[in-house]
Amino acid sequence: MEALVQRLAPPPAHVDPDEYSLGGDGEGNLNALGVVRGMQVPRVPDPAAFLSTYTNSMSQNPQAKIKLEHGTTTLAFRFRGGIIVSVDSRATAGSYIASGTVKKVIEINKYLLGTMAGGAADCQYWETYLGMRCRMHELRNKERISVAAASKILANIVYEYKGQGLSMGTMICGWDKTGPQIFYVDSEGTRLKGNVFAVGSGATFAYGVLDQGYSWDLSDEDAQELGRRAIVAAGHRDAYSGNTNNLFHVREDGWEFLGNKDISELWYKYEQEKKDARATAGAGAGTGAQGENAARPTTEVQPVPMEE
Amino acid sequence: MSRFNPYEENGGSILAIAGQDFSVIAGDTRQSLNYSIQTRYAQKVFPLTSSAVLAVNGFAADGKNFVKRVKQRLERRMFPFYVYNILAGIEEDGTGAVYSFDPVGSYEREACRGAGAAQSLLQPFLDNQIYFKNQTLAPGAEPFVPGRLPLSTVLSLVVDAFSSATERHIEVGDGLEMYVVMAPGRSADDLTAEEAQQAKEWPSELTVEEMESLGDEQEEGKAFRVFRLSRPLKRD
Repeated sequence: MEALVQRLAPPPAHVDPDEYSLGGDGEGNLNALGVVRGMQVPRVPDPAAFLSTYTNSMSQNPQAKIKLEHGTTTLAFRFRGGIIVSVDSRATAGSYIASGTVKKVIEINKYLLGTMAGGAADCQYWETYLGMRCRMHELRNKERISVAAASKILANIVYEYKGQGLSMGTMICGWDKTGPQIFYVDSEGTRLKGNVFAVGSGATFAYGVLDQGYSWDLSDEDAQELGRRAIVAAGHRDAYSGNTNNLFHVREDGWEFLGNKDISELWYKYEQEKKDARATAGAGAGTGAQGENAARPTTEVQPVPMEE
Repeated sequence: MSRFNPYEENGGSILAIAGQDFSVIAGDTRQSLNYSIQTRYAQKVFPLTSSAVLAVNGFAADGKNFVKRVKQRLERRMFPFYVYNILAGIEEDGTGAVYSFDPVGSYEREACRGAGAAQSLLQPFLDNQIYFKNQTLAPGAEPFVPGRLPLSTVLSLVVDAFSSATERHIEVGDGLEMYVVMAPGRSADDLTAEEAQQAKEWPSELTVEEMESLGDEQEEGKAFRVFRLSRPLKRD
C-alpha cells in the first residue's frame, strides 16, 4: 500500500538544491534531512480548481464548505530606528469571527519576523519551516542568513507550489549586515524589497494612515505610534480586521514585542484625544482670532462623521 | 450535471476548556446528514496519549480516517480532510491546555474553543463565561482572570453549553461525552468524591469513570489521570 501511494504520489515539488533526499524518515512529513516530502494532491486534472471548489483558500468561492481562516491587516515599515511590524488579530471564516486572538507575527528567530495574511496554516507552516532553513544556513556558513536570502528561500518554495492553491501574503522583516530590511513575499511568487508595506483586506486603510505620517526620520516612539494608529484605522473600517493589535520593533540586536492592545479601546482613546485637541485649539482661536483667521470659518466646517 | 462531492457535513459540535491544572474536552454524540439522524452514538472525542485528548468535527468519515492517520502525520494541504480539530490536555509545565486547528493545520493555544455545527452558539457563551467578555466588574470586586475556574464550574458550563445548543440546533443532541485530563499529582476529589457529586452545581445524570492510562512510562503518583464523563442530551 505504502509503495502504491509512493508511486502514485506527485513528484515532490520542493527540494533544497543543497540537499538530496536519502528517503529516510525524519519527523512527520520531513525526510531524514529535514526536507519537506511531497504533499498528497487529489488525483484530478486540475488540483487547484478542486481546491477552490471546496475551500475558500483563494477567495473565489464564498459557498465553499471548508472555510479557511482569512481576513487581515498587517503592516511593516523601515525607518531610521529599525523596523516597525504591526498587525491585527482577527481571523474570519465567511462572516463568522473564528478567532480574535491570532498571532499574525511569526517569530522566525531572534532577528527575523514574518507576518501572516491569507491562509493562516500556510503562513504558520512555511514560515516555521523557513526558521529551520535559516538555522541550517547558520550552522553551514557560521553566520546569520541575510533577510534577502531568507525571503528568497520562502519565495522559491511557494513558487514551486504556484497554482496549487497556496495562499499567503507575508513580509519577512529583519536586521542583517546591511541593516533593517523588509521583503514582501506572496504565494504568486512575487518578492519585493521596500520601505513601507501593508498586506491584507485592510491594507488600503493602513496605507492611508501610514503614507500620511511616514518619514524615514521618525523617532522610535512616533514610529511605534504610527504602526499602532494604522492598524486601528484598518480595524475600524475593515470588517474583516480587528480585535487586538500586536506591535513589534526590530532593532540591531533583534526584535522586541511591544504589547497587545484592544483596537476598539485604542479607537475610543484616539477619538477622545482628537476631541480634546479640538477643544484646546478652539479655546486658543477664540482669544486671538481676527485678521487672517476671520476668513477661516468656512474651511473649518467639519464633515459630519458617519458613525455616532 | 452533478459533480462528485467528496465531502459531507455530519453536524454535531465539540468544545474544550482549559483550567489551571486540568482540561475538559467534550462533544455531542449525534451524527446526522441533512435532516436524518444517522446514529445517536458516534464518538467525536478520542483519547490520543496519556495526557492529550483529541476532538474531531466536520465530515465524520474524514474524522475517523484522520484519527487513524494522525500518528502517521500525513500531509494533506492540497486535498484537506474536512475536519476541525481541538486538542486538549496537560502542557509540559502542568497547566491545562487547549489547541484548536483549522482543516489545513493552522493552530493556536486558547483557554477555550467551541467548534462544529453549533460553533456560533457555543463560542459566544464561552467568551462571556470563560473570558468574561462584555462583563463589567462590580465595584471593589476581584479582577477577572480567565483560566482559573474550578473544575465543578467548568463541568456545569460545558453541560449548559451543550444542552442550550441542543435546544436551538437540530444537529446537536442525543448524548454528551466529556473527557477530563488531570495534571500529575492533582487530587481528583472534586470529580470523584461523594461530596462533590452531591453539590448543587453538579450536573444531573452525569456518570464518571476513570480511563485506563494510555501511557506506558508513567510512574505511580506522577501519572496523568483521564476521566470519561457522559450524560444524555435531548433526543428530539
